[in-house]
Amino acid sequence: MKRIALVVAATLALASPAAAQCPKTTLGDIEDEVMCPVCGTPLSLATEAPQAERQRELIQRLIADCRSKEQIKTALVAEFGEGVLALPDDEGFDLAAYVVPAIAAIVVAGALGFAALRWRRRPRAVPAPPAGARARLDEDMDRYDL
Amino acid sequence: MLALFALLAYGLASNEPDAAIEESLARGEREPAPPLRLPRLSGGGHVELADYRGRVVVLNFWASWCEPCRVESPLLQRWHERISRRDGTVLGVDVLDVSSDAREFVREHGLTYPMLRDRDGGSQSDFGVVAYPETVVIDANGRIAAIQRGPVDDAWMREHVAPLLRDPA
Repeated sequence: MKRIALVVAATLALASPAAAQCPKTTLGDIEDEVMCPVCGTPLSLATEAPQAERQRELIQRLIADCRSKEQIKTALVAEFGEGVLALPDDEGFDLAAYVVPAIAAIVVAGALGFAALRWRRRPRAVPAPPAGARARLDEDMDRYDL
Repeated sequence: MLALFALLAYGLASNEPDAAIEESLARGEREPAPPLRLPRLSGGGHVELADYRGRVVVLNFWASWCEPCRVESPLLQRWHERISRRDGTVLGVDVLDVSSDAREFVREHGLTYPMLRDRDGGSQSDFGVVAYPETVVIDANGRIAAIQRGPVDDAWMREHVAPLLRDPA
């Protein structure tokens, strides 16, 4: 009896870390980072599309199989290609998603640089000396024969 | 601002469905079918459309989650059996689908015609595919003879496929 209890305890001790690590992710965590390729929207927005339902079922199976988020994304790319990742294409109209922010960043950086240069080169107004200061200075200079 | 408007106009134009095939057919012209090279759904190598030159090909784009595809698949299987004796074939292209679901679909419907897998939908734009199912009939010279945006029925197959087949020996 004691031996059986020891075996059960050892089995539980070995099984519990694995159980604690699984599942490693959730459907909700993944579905806003991948696309429904047929719908052309993030999977989280494709609420009723049958293709999206199949995709969710696949993700659920992979979660149950204890795959991590990255492993599931890799599996989705193997199934649907790179387009399943919620990233715009690097060609055609979608290229604007990369080009427009880059151009905007360059324009903003240029404008800031130009403004900084102008600020540094601006003429600095020198305050006029108080009345009588120059005469007092001349007197001091004469006193020291300078 | 002008650039943004130009981008918007380009985006709208590029999302229009491509009707080039329909326009050619309406002029009575048969355009050469775009090249197609895809892996087999079952695995084990690639297949090219050019491999079927000399045969009539009924190219059917489908997906396992698509209900009309489910409805038309027995008809396509019957036509495949009918035309394969007369230098014709149905060639299925499973598009943007979970591969295990697609293989289950094929098994469940007892489909014996060759099946290809287009995992990322790359072939769709070449053929102007916007929904499933869509069927393109390609003659023995590799030219597009007919296209159906939506499910086919027996009358459509008789009208567009049968005349292209060689007479039974």
